[in-house]
Amino acid sequence: MITIAFYFFAVLITLLFLVTVMSKNVLYAMTSLAAGMVLISGLFFILGADFLGVVQLIVYVGAVMALYSFAMMFFDVNKDVKEKNGSAATVFLLGGAIALMLVLVFSAPMIGQGAASLYPQVAGATNPQAVGLVLFTKYLVPFEVAAVMLLVAMIAGIILAGKKMDLSLSTTEEEILDETQGGDK
Amino acid sequence: MIGLSHYLILSGILFSIGLIGVLRRKNLLMLFFATEIMLNAANIAFAAISSHYHDMAGQMFAFFVIAVAASEVAVGLGLLVILYKKYGTLDLDMYTVMRG
Repeated sequence: MITIAFYFFAVLITLLFLVTVMSKNVLYAMTSLAAGMVLISGLFFILGADFLGVVQLIVYVGAVMALYSFAMMFFDVNKDVKEKNGSAATVFLLGGAIALMLVLVFSAPMIGQGAASLYPQVAGATNPQAVGLVLFTKYLVPFEVAAVMLLVAMIAGIILAGKKMDLSLSTTEEEILDETQGGDK
Repeated sequence: MIGLSHYLILSGILFSIGLIGVLRRKNLLMLFFATEIMLNAANIAFAAISSHYHDMAGQMFAFFVIAVAASEVAVGLGLLVILYKKYGTLDLDMYTVMRG
């Protein structure tokens, strides 16, 4: 049963992410990315990481994808993306080779010596309980730092995107300046 | 039976898909999507190793990766909006200022 579920999720995730990477339309790419994230949370549930799966659903599919779709209201999404590419074969070869190298590098110490569990799961605790036990003891300081980082990111996002919000997008000074200068684009 | 290696291979495949996206895309928004794919591939590997060793550290790192991804998206999209206001396009080739 788990085998079927794993292969189902794995094939679908790979196909959806391939669509994301290959599609010319931004809207298709974003939709398939969101669907792939939902299926990845399914993988987390199979692995017994229930809390991580729920966080993946809420944060990635809920927040990040909503942020992307809000941002896409600024951009012209109906227009297909025109990209000139060198040779696709080189890109595929480079991507595959680098990924293989990374997998080898990171799996080398694991194969070399038996890794031992540093913080073993507490017996009898459900997954959210175990997460809480480790997160608020061993990882308390990184947790607080992550909270401050999210606050900084929120303020930065507001300040960056909110600048000149009262002006229309197409008539900002820079664009008129760019057009008068000409030849720059 | 599905073991650790299955998940690691899946993670490697997804990571290379993201890497291919980063290499071949010229649109900045698409580059962001490809980065998300790479982060998710890393998360799958973390969760798989965490469940293989019955250790919570992997899941903790996955949580922090998600937090970093969320803040990266917030700041990055703000910058994208500014770039789009300034240049009217998201094509990376249009941002080149030095012509050799």
